[in-house]
Amino acid sequence: MKGAEALLKALEREGVEVIFGHPGGAIMPVYDALYDSPIRHILVRHEQGGIHAATGYARASGRVGVVMATSGPGALNLVTGLADAFMDSTPVVAITGNVPRALIGTDAFQEADVTGVTMPITKHNYLVQEVNDIPRVVREAFHIASTGRPGPVLIDLPKDVQLSEFTGTFQVELDLPGYKPTTKGHPKQIERALDALEKAERPVLMVGGGAQHAHGELLAFAEKTGIPVITTLMGLGAFPGNHPLWLGMPGMHGTVAANRAIHHADLILAIGLRFDDRVTGKVSRFAPHAHTIIHVDIDPAEIGKLVRTHVPIVGDARSVLREMLKGAKPLKLASWWRQLEEWRTRHPLRWKPRPHLQSQEVIRAFAEATGGHAIVTTGVGQHQMFAAQFFPVTRARSFITSGGLGTMGVGLPFAIGAKVARPEELVIDFDGDGSFQMTLQELATVVKYKLDVKVVILNNGYLGMVRQWQDLFHAKRYSEVYLADSNPDFARLAEAYGIKGVRVERKEDLMKGVEAVLNADGPVVAEFKVYHEEGVFPMIPAGGAAEDMILEHPEEREEVEA
Amino acid sequence: MRHVISVLVQDHPRVLNRITSLFARRGFNLESLAVGTTHVPGLSRISLVVSGDDHTLEQVEKQLNRLIEVLKVTDHSEPHVERELVLAKVHVAGVEERLAVKDIQEAFRARVVDVAQKSLILELTGDSKKIDSFIEALRPYGILEVMRTGAVAMSRGERTLKVREKREAV
Ligand SMILES: Cc1ncc(C[n+]2csc(CCOP(=O)(O)OP(=O)(O)O)c2C)c(N)n1
Repeated sequence: MKGAEALLKALEREGVEVIFGHPGGAIMPVYDALYDSPIRHILVRHEQGGIHAATGYARASGRVGVVMATSGPGALNLVTGLADAFMDSTPVVAITGNVPRALIGTDAFQEADVTGVTMPITKHNYLVQEVNDIPRVVREAFHIASTGRPGPVLIDLPKDVQLSEFTGTFQVELDLPGYKPTTKGHPKQIERALDALEKAERPVLMVGGGAQHAHGELLAFAEKTGIPVITTLMGLGAFPGNHPLWLGMPGMHGTVAANRAIHHADLILAIGLRFDDRVTGKVSRFAPHAHTIIHVDIDPAEIGKLVRTHVPIVGDARSVLREMLKGAKPLKLASWWRQLEEWRTRHPLRWKPRPHLQSQEVIRAFAEATGGHAIVTTGVGQHQMFAAQFFPVTRARSFITSGGLGTMGVGLPFAIGAKVARPEELVIDFDGDGSFQMTLQELATVVKYKLDVKVVILNNGYLGMVRQWQDLFHAKRYSEVYLADSNPDFARLAEAYGIKGVRVERKEDLMKGVEAVLNADGPVVAEFKVYHEEGVFPMIPAGGAAEDMILEHPEEREEVEA
Repeated sequence: MRHVISVLVQDHPRVLNRITSLFARRGFNLESLAVGTTHVPGLSRISLVVSGDDHTLEQVEKQLNRLIEVLKVTDHSEPHVERELVLAKVHVAGVEERLAVKDIQEAFRARVVDVAQKSLILELTGDSKKIDSFIEALRPYGILEVMRTGAVAMSRGERTLKVREKREAV
C-alpha cells in the first residue's frame, strides 16, 4: 500500500464520507487512490469554494469537514477559508499536496511554504515527513479539529511521501501531552455562578456559536430559570428564534431589546462566545451595570481576553449547562420582564416601507413560506444582517454565516456543504450581488452533483454595506461600490449553467417569486431586484455603545415617526 | 513589568516558529528567547523574557498554552535562578588598556576565552542586570562585538517544570 492509500484508509477510519477538493500535480497520487475508495469526492471549481463547502458541511452537521488541494496555488487558495473556519471555530481538516521532500525549500515548481503560511490561521498543522506517520497524523488532526475549541487543522503531504510504501500500522494511540482541553466546569465556580444568578435582579443569558451543540440544555435552562436569552450572530438557532424568552441578537445590528437588556443588566451569563467587538461595541462601555459577568468557554484564553470576568468557567457549554441545570431555580424577574417587554414591543425590528421591492420583505416572505424550516446560509453585507434580523432561526446549526472573518463569497459554498451534509433539508442561500460574484463558479458544482440549493440574490446593485457606511460616515461619497452597471443578468447566468433562473423586480411579484423558488424541483438562482439605497438599522456605529444606537437613517427619522 | 517565562515544548520542527509568530501576531513584546534541549528526549525548554502588564502576561500564558506542542508554561514570579551568558570582544590597543580590561574582568569574575594582538574575548555568566553593567563597564575600551544568549531561568527548591509521566487517555 502506498502512502496515498494509507491516507484514505486513515480518513475512512475517522468516518469521513465526503471530501471537497480540486486536484493537481502534487496531490495526484491521492486522487489516483480515490478512484478505488468508498469516500465520495466533490469536485469544486476553486479551492476556496472547497474549503467553504467543507466548513458549511461541518457547521450543518457538527462533524469534521474535509477539503483537499494540490501544492502551492491550490493550497494557497485555501487560506481565506482556513482563516474563516479558524475565526468561527469550525472543525475542518485540510489536506494539501506538496512537492517531493527533496525539493522542499528550493522554490520548486508550485512550491509554497503552506505550513508556514497557515500557522496563524489553523489550530495546528503538519508537514508529514514519514509515510508511516500518516495514520497518527490523521488521528491527531481529527482529534484536534473536533475537540476542545474546534478549528481547522492542515496536513501537508509531500508527493514522494504519498508514493512511498506504507509499512506502518493504523492502530495508533493518541499521544498529545500538550493538548488536554478541560470540558467539565469547576464545581465551585458553577456554584458561585448559580448563587450570583439567584441574587440577580436583571440577568441576561448571552449565547454564542460555542453553544450550538448545547441547544437542548440551553432551552431547558432558560425555561427553568425564566432568564431572557440573547443569541449572537454565531449563536442564532442555538436557542429558538421564536421563543418568548428570546430577545434577539446583540451588537451593531442587534435588537433594541437585546442591546438595552445588556446595557441595564446587573448580571451577564455568557456561554460559548468571545465578546467580538461587533457584539460589545466599545468594551469600556459594555454592560456598565453588570456587577457580575460569568463567562463559560472551553478556551481558557477567551476568558478575560476582552471583558472583565467575575466568574470564569472553563468547560464545554453542554456539560456546564447540565451541571448548572441541576442547581438552577426559577428566578423572580417579573419587573425586569416588564421592562424588557416594553422595549421589545416599542422597538421591534422593522423597516420603512417603500414603493420598491425590499430585501427585508423578501426574507420575511421566505421565512413565512417555509415556517422558518430551512438551513440558511448567507454572504456578507447588508443581506446577511437582514437575514439574521428577519429570518427567525428555530433550530440549531441552521444559520450558517461568516461571523468572525466576515468573508464575502461564502454563501453558495456554505450552502453546497450544508446540502451535502443534510440532503433532506431545504437549503437557502441569501446572497448579495457582490458576495455571490466572489464564488459563483461553484454553480458548476451544484450542477455536477445535482444539489438542490436555492440561491436568493438580493440585488441592490451596490456593495451595499460599504455604501451604507459611505452614506453615514463618508458624506455619501460612494467610492467604488456601484455594481449595477456591470452586473450580469443573474437569472440568465444560472440558465447558462443549466440551472433554473428566476427574476423578480416588482413588489407585487414577490410571492410569485418566492413560490417559484420553493416549488422548483432542483436548484434555483433567483434574483430579487431590491431598493438600491436601503440601510440596515438599528445600528450602533463601530466603537460606539448601546446608548449610541441609531434606530433609522438620520435623514428619514421624522418621516418614520410621523 | 519584566517577566521571565519558562515553556516546556515537544521539540518538533517549527515549534519555535509557532511561538515567535504567536508573539508577533498578538503584539506581545518579546525581549529575549533562549532554547535548549532537556534531559528528557523529545522535550525542549524555552526561556522567554516578556514585558507587559498583568493582563498581557495572562494572555501570553494562555495563548502559549493553546499551542498543541506546549506542555507547560510557568511565569517565574517565585524565587528563581536566572542566568545569561555573554561573549564580548573588546579592542585593546596597548598595555594600559589591557590592564584596565583585566580589572573589569576580575571585578565581574569574567573569563578570558580568546587573546589576540589587539583584542580579547571575555565570557561572563550572570543575571541580565550584571551582564548589562559588565557591558557598560567595557564600553569605554571599544567593544567590537557582543553576543548575549538571552536569559534562562529555573525555579528554586522543589518546584519543577516536570510533566506527568502517565498521560491521561483522551
Ligand atoms: C472578501 C471580502 N472583501 C471585502 C469585504 C468588505 N465588505 C463587507 S460587506 C461588503 C459589501 C457586500 O456587498 P454585497 O455582497 O452586494 O451585499 P450587500 O451589502 O449589498 O447586501 C464588502 C465589500 C468583505 N467582507 N469580504
